[in-house]
Amino acid sequence: MIFCCRRPIFHKEGDCVDIAKELLAGNRLALSRAITAIENEYDDAAEIMKKIYPHTGRAYVLGITGPPGAGKSTLTDRLAHEYRKQGKTVGIIAVDPTSPFTGGAILGDRIRMNSLTLDEGVFIRSMGTRGSLGGLSHKTADAVKAMDAFGKDIIIVETVGVGQSEVDIVKAADTTMVVLIPGMGDDIQAIKAGILEIGDLFTINKSDLDGADKLVREINMMLDLDTFMTDWRPPIVKVVASRGDGIEELTEKVRTHREYIEGNGELNKRRTKRARDEMMDILNSRIGNYVKKKIVDTGRLDDLVNKMLNRETDPYTVAEELVGEMLKV
Amino acid sequence: MSNEKIEAGLAKYNANVEKAIAKFPERGHLPEQRLYTPLDIAGENYAEEIGFPGMYPYTRGVQPTMYRGRFWTMRMYAGFSTAEESNKRYRYLIESGATGLSCAFDLPTQIGYDSTDAISEGEVGKVGVAIDSLADMEILFDQIDLGKVSTSMTINAPASVLLAMYIAVAEKQGVPSTELKGTIQNDILKEYAARGTYIFPPRPSMRLITNIFEYCSKNVPKWNTISISGYHIREAGSTASQEIAFTIADGIAYVEAAIKAGLNVDDFAGRLSFFWNAHNNVLEEVAKFRASRRVWAKVMKERFHAEKPKSQMLRVHTQTAGSMLTAQQPNNNIVRVALQTAAAVMGGTQSLHTNSRDEALALPTEESVMIALRTQQIVAYESGLADVIDPLAGSYYVEAMTDRIEKEAWDYIKKIDEMGGAVAAIEKGYIQKEIQDSAYKWQMDVENGARTIVGVNKFHIDEEPPKGLLKVDASVGEKQKAKVEAMKAKRDNEAVKNALADLKTACADENENLMPHILAAVKTYATLGEICGVMREVFGEYEAHVNL
Amino acid sequence: MDKKIRVLVAKPGLDGHDRGAKVVARALRDAGFEVIYTGLRQTPEQIAEAALQEDVNVVAMSILSGAHPHLFPKVVNLVREKGMTDVLIIGGGVIPEGDIPALKEAGIAEVFTPGTPTSEVVKFINEHVKA
Repeated sequence: MIFCCRRPIFHKEGDCVDIAKELLAGNRLALSRAITAIENEYDDAAEIMKKIYPHTGRAYVLGITGPPGAGKSTLTDRLAHEYRKQGKTVGIIAVDPTSPFTGGAILGDRIRMNSLTLDEGVFIRSMGTRGSLGGLSHKTADAVKAMDAFGKDIIIVETVGVGQSEVDIVKAADTTMVVLIPGMGDDIQAIKAGILEIGDLFTINKSDLDGADKLVREINMMLDLDTFMTDWRPPIVKVVASRGDGIEELTEKVRTHREYIEGNGELNKRRTKRARDEMMDILNSRIGNYVKKKIVDTGRLDDLVNKMLNRETDPYTVAEELVGEMLKV
Repeated sequence: MSNEKIEAGLAKYNANVEKAIAKFPERGHLPEQRLYTPLDIAGENYAEEIGFPGMYPYTRGVQPTMYRGRFWTMRMYAGFSTAEESNKRYRYLIESGATGLSCAFDLPTQIGYDSTDAISEGEVGKVGVAIDSLADMEILFDQIDLGKVSTSMTINAPASVLLAMYIAVAEKQGVPSTELKGTIQNDILKEYAARGTYIFPPRPSMRLITNIFEYCSKNVPKWNTISISGYHIREAGSTASQEIAFTIADGIAYVEAAIKAGLNVDDFAGRLSFFWNAHNNVLEEVAKFRASRRVWAKVMKERFHAEKPKSQMLRVHTQTAGSMLTAQQPNNNIVRVALQTAAAVMGGTQSLHTNSRDEALALPTEESVMIALRTQQIVAYESGLADVIDPLAGSYYVEAMTDRIEKEAWDYIKKIDEMGGAVAAIEKGYIQKEIQDSAYKWQMDVENGARTIVGVNKFHIDEEPPKGLLKVDASVGEKQKAKVEAMKAKRDNEAVKNALADLKTACADENENLMPHILAAVKTYATLGEICGVMREVFGEYEAHVNL
Repeated sequence: MDKKIRVLVAKPGLDGHDRGAKVVARALRDAGFEVIYTGLRQTPEQIAEAALQEDVNVVAMSILSGAHPHLFPKVVNLVREKGMTDVLIIGGGVIPEGDIPALKEAGIAEVFTPGTPTSEVVKFINEHVKA
């Protein structure tokens, strides 16, 4: 089967290539175009995903989040170097916010990872949040799958831990790392509620700055208060990413967490839940699209709304009728 | 006239203006008020804030006689291609009446790479002269008496190496280092913030700088050890106030580093010099020069308790604004440069480089450089602007603007202090972001017509592409590479190895002054890339902070 | 569908004058593009590989040092060698008029010289690229 990709190029001998096949064969451009198809919601994205899905589930996914300025990109860079040293291949997805006003984005995480660019064992992709609410985590998850099927051993997903959708992205990771830096003052109070609870481990970056120990104490105190705690107590690792200090220990801690969740079935539980959520998401979005096509695009919704406004009918009755009609229940 | 009378007059005038505007609207909205009166400087304390030339706080100039003694140094920045070619240009400039040299180095040299390095491909000899080793430096200053000429070198990250080479050449000419006059730019902080030719991270870079301060205070006492530069910050798009604020914040960081390293402020502060941009807005620029002197004097006296007058003086080299040159109708640039020159001179600069009309297109030709130099000479000898000291003092507008710029500078300095100083502010990306925001605003103002650039967004004409631009010989890279290889084959490679090993050991010891070790390595004809390579190994490299 | 035009803004060579590159990056962002900014001192190999990994529609480069005759064509060749024959490659900076024909011959779609409004760059991209 031939997939026609978005641009008429990426041809071989005059024909569009099979992106999924090429991706699975290790073609880097195919991987890149597959992610574009996912991001831009091209029609062939689903076809690509179908083909590569059987080859996924092998990579380990590490989520990195934290406030702006915590040095996440530098940390990601150093972690990738460390994993490369350990003989692993690495995929990186770096998510940056899209401007809600212009729809544009400056994706600047790569600049911290320039020394990885020419390493063939590393593939870095920057993504903008593009203002999509639920869609982002879905797209990121599919991009992770593309890198997984491509054969990356470790996939690092890095995002700013500010919005709910960004937090959702890292929740989809096997291990989630929260990065903080000393001297954020009261900020930690605000962050506490949002991302502290999702951390499987905490990294204190720039720990050569004053206040690193204070921050460790504060996190410990919050962990002490956490009543939902399983018998995994998130370790707190002090690093100075810019100098590479503490990075090896960090990968060691990630490994420990991985062994822990593999050993007690938690990883399976997480992945099962993720697969289920994903399935529901896709189903919901398909149904939504179908409804949109049948009701919205035909103008029928407007008629029904007018009837409702005239109190000729009500939304509950309409919904029941429509569902009955479309799903034949 | 009493204030009440002025106020009454002003009220009447304002009423008249309202009527006039109702009939004939004014052109656009300008940021400055329409008219300045004695009321705008009513609170001014002349004796303390303005004072007299050569006296604290030096608002009116650093010397008592200023240009009545002698004119500023007319120093033309030049250098391209090989050392041989640049040496020819230097000798031509000296014959034409230039009173100081100013060396431009190519980018590999500025970033500490040899011409033979793969990363240097395409860059060798392009924006300045390629210097790989002492051998090139000997050619660069061939037949130029280093005992007489004063030489400014635009070199930052590897400033220690180039200074060492200069000292070594002088030694060969029989000129002792104590006689050498000149400046190295040596200002790494603005490289991080605006110019981009950094090598090492801030900490070792600051160490190199204080090493130079210390070494020169003993061995090269007439040398200006740093030129703390606002020029490039302005070129990167800052406002006038930001230019002096960020630069003085950098200056504070250098002084603090040197004091922390154990130096006495009055032992080195007199050799600190500054570098301003002369931009298009003539009166604002004059005010900027005046304000900067006042701020620095206060910083040195009140914050660092410097006692020697020289430590409190902001001595400044100036260059006309390269970013204001237009590629369109390049001859218009001659006029721009003349106005910028007038600003620098009325601002009281100590030396000046004037840009050439064709520099938005390529490196300048000899003819263009001559016009630029003549521009300075016309302002000096014919215009009368240099006849009276600080001629704009007392202008309601200029004094009010001097106060305004000073205040804006202090506000920034305070903010940067709160962040932990200039190094911390740069590491946070704060200074870069402020500059970028101003640059973006400028560009948008030009694009939406709020700001007019003649020949660019107004009064545009279709023109033929200019002819006779200077082209750097494309084979320069190959020639220079061959030269380096030949030099390496001739030198005592064992001595080079030993000198580099010694330098490496010294780098690892934070208490060691690196200058003598670098000088020793330079004399073995170790290359710039080899020397910087050793330092890279020990110090690591800086990673830029980008916050768009 | 939420398609975006992606642009890699890169500074090949060694010059540190990134005022123009950064202003253009912001203007492109404000025009709704996704801009991947790679910073200073990028080798042609790094730029081409980043273009591939990011699957950009456009590579926009800026050089002020005069190294463009060497570096621009090298980037074009490397990008094409990687199979990205559909990527628009544009350049800007201090580039003498006389050099432009050779750069276009080498595959640089357009050269923007000093004084060009950013809106013209945006327009050019919109006219030549579809997400």
